[in-house]
Amino acid sequence: MKKAMVNQTECVACGVCKKVCPRQAITIFHGIYAEVNEDLCVGCRKCEKACPASVIQVVQKEVKA
Amino acid sequence: MKKWNEYLWIFSALYLTLGFFNILFAWIGMICFITPLLLSIIGKGKLYCNSYCGRGQLFELLGDRLKLSSNRNIPAFLRSKWFRYGFLVFFMTMFGLMIFSTYLVFNGSNNLKEVVTLLWTIQLPWNWTNTSSVSPWIAQFAFGFYSVMLTSTILGLLTMIFFKPRSWCVYCPMGTMTQGISMLKYKKEINKIR
Ligand code: SF4
Ligand code: SF4
Ligand code: SF4
Repeated sequence: MKKAMVNQTECVACGVCKKVCPRQAITIFHGIYAEVNEDLCVGCRKCEKACPASVIQVVQKEVKA
Repeated sequence: MKKWNEYLWIFSALYLTLGFFNILFAWIGMICFITPLLLSIIGKGKLYCNSYCGRGQLFELLGDRLKLSSNRNIPAFLRSKWFRYGFLVFFMTMFGLMIFSTYLVFNGSNNLKEVVTLLWTIQLPWNWTNTSSVSPWIAQFAFGFYSVMLTSTILGLLTMIFFKPRSWCVYCPMGTMTQGISMLKYKKEINKIR
């Protein structure tokens, strides 16, 4: 499965990713960084394209057993 | 249905326009200064940026919907901590100097200067509004504050065009401050996770 991954030390917590996510998979942790709920994320890359700081990457993840 | 807060870009656009007609409207911009700080201080994180900032919406609208943005990645140095905090310090220094010149007009050492200063250097004469109805320092602050708002809008428009629409939000001093306040407030929670 492809999932979005945020580089949380460089995230500016602007919330652009949260806004564009069609699955509401992203929350902004106390105004500090974005968190992806991998159960909801479908790897559509919308957040990756929109992130103004370019700190999101959609990567291949192992499926949980 | 769109929610009311999705139309706040109109407020931002209107704000900049009103300043052209009467500089005293600049004072309204204090809302965009105090609200985000208060929200982060009471623990709401970057709620202002995430839901209520009209400026961010305006850049989205121009960049995404009107396709004025080239959507390129922002250069690494612009999103580095050095640049973000450095720009915040520079911005607050200039803000402090602006408050100081307001004070000099207030205590009578200086006369009111009716100019709007762009990018901290270019002075535009702005003397078509009659400001004699208020104390000179109130007008001086309006000129100074409007200069800050217009300058940051211009920088934001430039990075909107060259990079992604909301690139300004990467180095916006308000955004850096509210994130910083949130970090201080929730230090323990972050340490627990990391
Ligand atoms: S869009 Fe990018 S910088 Fe903004 S909150 Fe999401 S991951 Fe962070
Ligand atoms: S990849 Fe798509 S579904 Fe996953 S977090 Fe990003 S926008 Fe949401
Ligand atoms: S970072 Fe600045 S411009 Fe962007 S949403 Fe926050 S306050 Fe508005």
